[in-house]
Amino acid sequence: MRRFAAVGVVASLLLGLAACGERPQVIEYKQGTYQGKPFTQPYQNAPYNGDKAAWERAMSQRAQGQNEYNRVK
Amino acid sequence: MARMKFICDAERCIECNGCVTACKQEHDVPWGVNRRRVVTINDGVPGERSISVACMHCSDAPCMAVCPVDCFYRNEAGVVLHDKDICIGCGYCFYACPFGAPQFPQTGAFGVRGKMDKCTFCAGGPEVPTSDTEFKKYGRNRLAEGKLPACAEMCSTKALLGGDGDVISDIYRNRVVMRAARGTRSGPPWGWDTAYGAAQPVAATTTTPAPGQAPSPAPAPAPATGGKS
Repeated sequence: MRRFAAVGVVASLLLGLAACGERPQVIEYKQGTYQGKPFTQPYQNAPYNGDKAAWERAMSQRAQGQNEYNRVK
Repeated sequence: MARMKFICDAERCIECNGCVTACKQEHDVPWGVNRRRVVTINDGVPGERSISVACMHCSDAPCMAVCPVDCFYRNEAGVVLHDKDICIGCGYCFYACPFGAPQFPQTGAFGVRGKMDKCTFCAGGPEVPTSDTEFKKYGRNRLAEGKLPACAEMCSTKALLGGDGDVISDIYRNRVVMRAARGTRSGPPWGWDTAYGAAQPVAATTTTPAPGQAPSPAPAPAPATGGKS
Protein backbone atom coordinates (compact mmCIF):
# COMPACT_ATOMS: atom_id res chain seq x y z
CA MET A 1 0.00 0.00 0.00
CA ARG A 2 2.80 2.35 0.96
CA ARG A 3 4.58 1.46 -2.26
CA PHE A 4 1.54 2.56 -4.29
CA ALA A 5 1.39 5.81 -2.37
CA ALA A 6 5.09 6.42 -2.99
CA VAL A 7 4.66 5.74 -6.68
CA GLY A 8 1.72 8.11 -6.74
CA VAL A 9 3.72 10.87 -5.05
CA VAL A 10 6.63 10.42 -7.47
CA ALA A 11 4.28 10.41 -10.45
CA SER A 12 2.57 13.60 -9.30
CA LEU A 13 5.95 15.27 -8.75
CA LEU A 14 7.03 14.33 -12.25
CA LEU A 15 3.74 15.60 -13.59
CA GLY A 16 4.27 18.88 -11.78
CA LEU A 17 7.77 19.23 -13.16
CA ALA A 18 6.49 18.59 -16.65
CA ALA A 19 4.87 22.03 -16.64
CA CYS A 20 8.30 23.61 -16.18
CA GLY A 21 9.26 22.47 -19.65
CA GLU A 22 6.31 24.10 -21.42
CA ARG A 23 7.04 26.41 -24.27
CA PRO A 24 5.03 29.54 -25.11
CA GLN A 25 1.95 28.64 -27.12
CA VAL A 26 1.76 31.93 -28.98
CA ILE A 27 2.11 31.45 -32.71
CA GLU A 28 5.01 33.31 -34.17
CA TYR A 29 5.09 34.38 -37.75
CA LYS A 30 7.65 36.28 -39.70
CA GLN A 31 6.86 39.75 -40.91
CA GLY A 32 7.26 40.30 -44.63
CA THR A 33 6.30 36.85 -45.81
CA TYR A 34 3.47 38.30 -47.88
CA GLN A 35 3.29 36.51 -51.21
CA GLY A 36 0.83 38.71 -53.07
CA LYS A 37 1.05 41.70 -55.34
CA PRO A 38 2.78 44.89 -54.21
CA PHE A 39 0.44 47.33 -52.55
CA THR A 40 0.16 51.08 -52.62
CA GLN A 41 0.04 53.14 -49.45
CA PRO A 42 -3.08 55.34 -49.28
CA TYR A 43 -1.12 58.58 -49.57
CA GLN A 44 0.95 57.63 -52.61
CA ASN A 45 -1.57 58.60 -55.28
CA ALA A 46 -3.57 61.74 -55.98
CA PRO A 47 -4.67 63.88 -54.19
CA TYR A 48 -1.76 63.42 -51.75
CA ASN A 49 0.92 62.33 -54.23
CA GLY A 50 3.22 60.86 -51.63
CA ASP A 51 2.76 63.57 -49.01
CA LYS A 52 2.34 61.34 -46.00
CA ALA A 53 2.19 64.21 -43.51
CA ALA A 54 -0.68 65.88 -45.40
CA TRP A 55 -2.59 62.61 -45.50
CA GLU A 56 -2.12 62.07 -41.78
CA ARG A 57 -3.28 65.63 -41.08
CA ALA A 58 -6.36 65.07 -43.22
CA MET A 59 -7.12 61.81 -41.43
CA SER A 60 -6.75 63.43 -38.05
CA GLN A 61 -9.03 66.33 -38.96
CA ARG A 62 -11.58 64.00 -40.47
CA ALA A 63 -11.58 61.88 -37.31
CA GLN A 64 -12.48 64.94 -35.26
CA GLY A 65 -15.73 65.06 -37.21
CA GLN A 66 -16.76 62.10 -35.08
CA ASN A 67 -16.43 64.12 -31.90
CA GLU A 68 -19.86 65.61 -31.37
CA TYR A 69 -18.64 67.73 -28.47
CA ASN A 70 -16.57 69.67 -31.00
CA ARG A 71 -19.54 69.98 -33.31
CA VAL A 72 -21.92 71.51 -30.74
CA LYS A 73 -19.50 74.24 -29.62
CA MET B 1 2.29 57.20 -37.77
CA ALA B 2 -1.39 56.63 -37.83
CA ARG B 3 -2.54 53.26 -36.58
CA MET B 4 -6.09 52.70 -37.70
CA LYS B 5 -8.52 51.20 -35.21
CA PHE B 6 -12.23 50.93 -34.48
CA ILE B 7 -13.89 51.53 -31.11
CA CYS B 8 -17.55 50.74 -30.49
CA ASP B 9 -19.23 52.37 -27.52
CA ALA B 10 -21.70 49.77 -26.25
CA GLU B 11 -23.53 52.44 -24.21
CA ARG B 12 -24.47 54.30 -27.37
CA CYS B 13 -25.02 51.58 -29.97
CA ILE B 14 -28.76 51.31 -30.62
CA GLU B 15 -28.56 48.34 -32.99
CA CYS B 16 -29.80 50.39 -35.93
CA ASN B 17 -27.52 48.48 -38.33
CA GLY B 18 -26.69 51.73 -40.10
CA CYS B 19 -23.02 50.73 -40.12
CA VAL B 20 -23.86 47.39 -41.75
CA THR B 21 -25.96 49.09 -44.40
CA ALA B 22 -23.36 51.79 -45.05
CA CYS B 23 -20.68 49.13 -45.53
CA LYS B 24 -22.76 47.05 -47.89
CA GLN B 25 -23.76 50.07 -49.92
CA GLU B 26 -20.30 51.60 -50.07
CA HIS B 27 -18.52 48.46 -51.24
CA ASP B 28 -21.32 46.81 -53.18
CA VAL B 29 -20.89 43.75 -50.97
CA PRO B 30 -22.69 40.68 -52.37
CA TRP B 31 -25.68 39.05 -50.75
CA GLY B 32 -24.69 36.71 -47.94
CA VAL B 33 -21.48 38.53 -47.07
CA ASN B 34 -21.42 40.82 -44.06
CA ARG B 35 -18.16 42.59 -43.53
CA ARG B 36 -19.69 44.22 -40.48
CA ARG B 37 -22.55 43.16 -38.25
CA VAL B 38 -24.15 44.21 -35.00
CA VAL B 39 -24.09 41.74 -32.12
CA THR B 40 -26.52 42.17 -29.24
CA ILE B 41 -26.01 40.61 -25.85
CA ASN B 42 -29.07 39.85 -23.70
CA ASP B 43 -31.32 40.79 -26.59
CA GLY B 44 -34.76 41.83 -25.42
CA VAL B 45 -33.74 42.00 -21.77
CA PRO B 46 -33.69 45.44 -20.14
CA GLY B 47 -30.11 46.65 -20.22
CA GLU B 48 -29.19 44.80 -23.41
CA ARG B 49 -25.98 45.93 -25.05
CA SER B 50 -25.11 46.01 -28.73
CA ILE B 51 -21.75 46.27 -30.38
CA SER B 52 -20.77 46.62 -34.01
CA VAL B 53 -18.16 44.05 -35.01
CA ALA B 54 -15.95 43.68 -38.06
CA CYS B 55 -12.28 42.99 -38.66
CA MET B 56 -10.44 44.68 -35.79
CA HIS B 57 -7.19 44.92 -37.78
CA CYS B 58 -5.27 43.18 -35.01
CA SER B 59 -1.70 44.18 -34.32
CA ASP B 60 -0.80 40.49 -34.10
CA ALA B 61 -3.41 39.13 -36.45
CA PRO B 62 -4.17 35.40 -36.10
CA CYS B 63 -5.49 35.24 -39.68
CA MET B 64 -2.11 36.40 -40.89
CA ALA B 65 -0.39 33.79 -38.77
CA VAL B 66 -2.41 30.81 -39.99
CA CYS B 67 -2.74 31.67 -43.68
CA PRO B 68 -1.02 28.85 -45.59
CA VAL B 69 -0.42 30.98 -48.69
CA ASP B 70 0.61 34.21 -46.92
CA CYS B 71 -1.93 36.35 -48.68
CA PHE B 72 -2.22 38.85 -45.80
CA TYR B 73 -0.27 42.02 -45.30
CA ARG B 74 -0.47 45.04 -43.07
CA ASN B 75 -0.06 48.49 -44.55
CA GLU B 76 1.71 51.37 -42.86
CA ALA B 77 -1.51 52.54 -41.26
CA GLY B 78 -1.86 49.19 -39.48
CA VAL B 79 -4.73 47.98 -41.68
CA VAL B 80 -4.75 44.22 -42.24
CA LEU B 81 -5.47 43.47 -45.91
CA HIS B 82 -5.17 40.50 -48.21
CA ASP B 83 -4.61 39.62 -51.85
CA LYS B 84 -7.60 37.81 -53.33
CA ASP B 85 -5.50 36.57 -56.24
CA ILE B 86 -3.47 34.50 -53.78
CA CYS B 87 -6.27 33.47 -51.39
CA ILE B 88 -7.36 29.85 -51.87
CA GLY B 89 -10.52 30.13 -49.76
CA CYS B 90 -9.41 27.44 -47.30
CA GLY B 91 -11.15 29.09 -44.34
CA TYR B 92 -8.30 28.79 -41.85
CA CYS B 93 -8.51 32.52 -41.22
CA PHE B 94 -12.18 32.14 -40.31
CA TYR B 95 -11.34 29.55 -37.66
CA ALA B 96 -8.48 31.65 -36.33
CA CYS B 97 -10.32 34.97 -36.16
CA PRO B 98 -11.87 35.64 -32.73
CA PHE B 99 -14.36 38.08 -34.28
CA GLY B 100 -15.66 35.97 -37.16
CA ALA B 101 -14.56 38.67 -39.57
CA PRO B 102 -13.55 36.61 -42.63
CA GLN B 103 -16.52 35.99 -44.91
CA PHE B 104 -16.80 33.51 -47.77
CA PRO B 105 -19.19 34.26 -50.60
CA GLN B 106 -21.11 31.30 -51.95
CA THR B 107 -20.07 31.24 -55.58
CA GLY B 108 -21.36 28.76 -58.14
CA ALA B 109 -24.45 26.61 -58.28
CA PHE B 110 -23.24 24.20 -55.61
CA GLY B 111 -22.26 26.78 -53.04
CA VAL B 112 -18.53 26.43 -53.47
CA ARG B 113 -16.72 28.55 -50.94
CA GLY B 114 -15.28 31.61 -52.65
CA LYS B 115 -12.26 33.67 -51.82
CA MET B 116 -12.24 35.32 -48.46
CA ASP B 117 -13.76 38.79 -48.10
CA LYS B 118 -13.49 40.99 -45.05
CA CYS B 119 -13.50 44.56 -43.80
CA THR B 120 -10.68 46.53 -45.41
CA PHE B 121 -11.05 49.61 -43.20
CA CYS B 122 -12.14 51.14 -46.51
CA ALA B 123 -8.51 50.87 -47.67
CA GLY B 124 -9.04 48.78 -50.81
CA GLY B 125 -6.41 46.18 -51.63
CA PRO B 126 -3.31 45.47 -53.68
CA GLU B 127 -4.54 47.02 -56.93
CA VAL B 128 -4.24 50.49 -58.42
CA PRO B 129 -5.88 52.75 -55.82
CA THR B 130 -9.45 53.85 -56.61
CA SER B 131 -9.46 51.78 -59.82
CA ASP B 132 -12.41 49.72 -61.03
CA THR B 133 -10.47 46.51 -60.45
CA GLU B 134 -9.81 47.46 -56.86
CA PHE B 135 -13.45 48.35 -56.33
CA LYS B 136 -14.69 45.05 -57.76
CA LYS B 137 -12.32 42.95 -55.66
CA TYR B 138 -12.05 44.88 -52.42
CA GLY B 139 -14.51 47.75 -52.45
CA ARG B 140 -13.98 51.48 -52.32
CA ASN B 141 -10.66 52.90 -51.16
CA ARG B 142 -11.82 55.77 -48.98
CA LEU B 143 -8.53 56.15 -47.14
CA ALA B 144 -6.81 57.07 -50.41
CA GLU B 145 -9.50 59.72 -50.88
CA GLY B 146 -8.78 61.19 -47.45
CA LYS B 147 -11.92 59.76 -45.88
CA LEU B 148 -12.53 57.41 -42.97
CA PRO B 149 -14.52 54.16 -43.04
CA ALA B 150 -18.11 54.64 -44.11
CA CYS B 151 -19.51 52.66 -41.16
CA ALA B 152 -17.95 54.95 -38.57
CA GLU B 153 -18.74 58.15 -40.43
CA MET B 154 -22.36 57.10 -40.94
CA CYS B 155 -22.96 56.06 -37.32
CA SER B 156 -25.86 58.19 -36.13
CA THR B 157 -25.08 58.05 -32.41
CA LYS B 158 -21.32 58.07 -32.97
CA ALA B 159 -21.11 54.80 -31.08
CA LEU B 160 -18.70 53.49 -33.68
CA LEU B 161 -15.52 55.49 -34.01
CA GLY B 162 -12.87 54.73 -36.61
CA GLY B 163 -9.54 56.31 -37.37
CA ASP B 164 -6.10 56.80 -35.90
CA GLY B 165 -6.06 54.96 -32.58
CA ASP B 166 -4.65 57.96 -30.69
CA VAL B 167 -7.27 60.34 -32.04
CA ILE B 168 -10.31 58.16 -31.48
CA SER B 169 -9.16 57.10 -28.04
CA ASP B 170 -8.93 60.80 -27.17
CA ILE B 171 -12.48 61.32 -28.42
CA TYR B 172 -13.71 58.34 -26.43
CA ARG B 173 -11.81 59.39 -23.30
CA ASN B 174 -13.31 62.86 -23.56
CA ARG B 175 -16.74 61.33 -23.81
CA VAL B 176 -16.25 59.18 -20.73
CA VAL B 177 -15.00 62.18 -18.77
CA MET B 178 -18.06 64.16 -19.85
CA ARG B 179 -20.38 61.37 -18.77
CA ALA B 180 -18.66 61.09 -15.41
CA ALA B 181 -18.79 64.85 -14.87
CA ARG B 182 -22.50 65.04 -15.64
CA GLY B 183 -23.27 61.93 -13.64
CA THR B 184 -26.17 59.52 -13.79
CA ARG B 185 -29.41 60.13 -12.02
CA SER B 186 -30.83 57.35 -9.92
CA GLY B 187 -32.33 54.84 -12.26
CA PRO B 188 -31.37 51.85 -14.33
CA PRO B 189 -27.74 51.71 -15.48
CA TRP B 190 -28.65 52.07 -19.14
CA GLY B 191 -30.38 54.54 -21.42
CA TRP B 192 -29.79 58.18 -22.22
CA ASP B 193 -28.11 59.17 -18.95
CA THR B 194 -25.63 56.34 -19.18
CA ALA B 195 -24.82 57.05 -22.81
CA TYR B 196 -24.71 60.85 -22.71
CA GLY B 197 -24.63 61.84 -19.04
CA ALA B 198 -27.55 63.25 -17.08
CA ALA B 199 -29.50 66.03 -18.76
CA GLN B 200 -28.77 68.22 -15.75
CA PRO B 201 -25.94 67.84 -13.27
CA VAL B 202 -26.76 65.30 -10.59
CA ALA B 203 -26.26 67.79 -7.77
CA ALA B 204 -29.08 69.98 -9.14
CA THR B 205 -31.51 67.22 -10.04
CA THR B 206 -31.72 63.92 -8.24
CA THR B 207 -35.16 62.76 -9.28
CA THR B 208 -35.97 60.57 -12.20
CA PRO B 209 -38.93 61.64 -14.33
CA ALA B 210 -41.95 59.43 -13.87
CA PRO B 211 -42.80 57.10 -16.74
CA GLY B 212 -44.52 59.01 -19.50
CA GLN B 213 -43.38 62.35 -18.15
CA ALA B 214 -41.26 64.41 -20.53
CA PRO B 215 -37.74 64.98 -19.27
CA SER B 216 -36.59 68.50 -18.61
CA PRO B 217 -34.89 70.21 -21.54
CA ALA B 218 -31.23 69.40 -21.79
CA PRO B 219 -28.75 72.24 -21.73
CA ALA B 220 -26.10 72.21 -24.41
CA PRO B 221 -23.08 70.30 -23.11
CA ALA B 222 -20.02 72.34 -22.30
CA PRO B 223 -16.92 71.66 -24.37
CA ALA B 224 -14.84 68.96 -22.80
CA THR B 225 -11.54 69.78 -21.24
CA GLY B 226 -10.45 66.25 -20.44
CA GLY B 227 -8.30 63.98 -22.57
CA LYS B 228 -4.70 64.40 -23.53
CA SER B 229 -5.30 65.93 -26.98
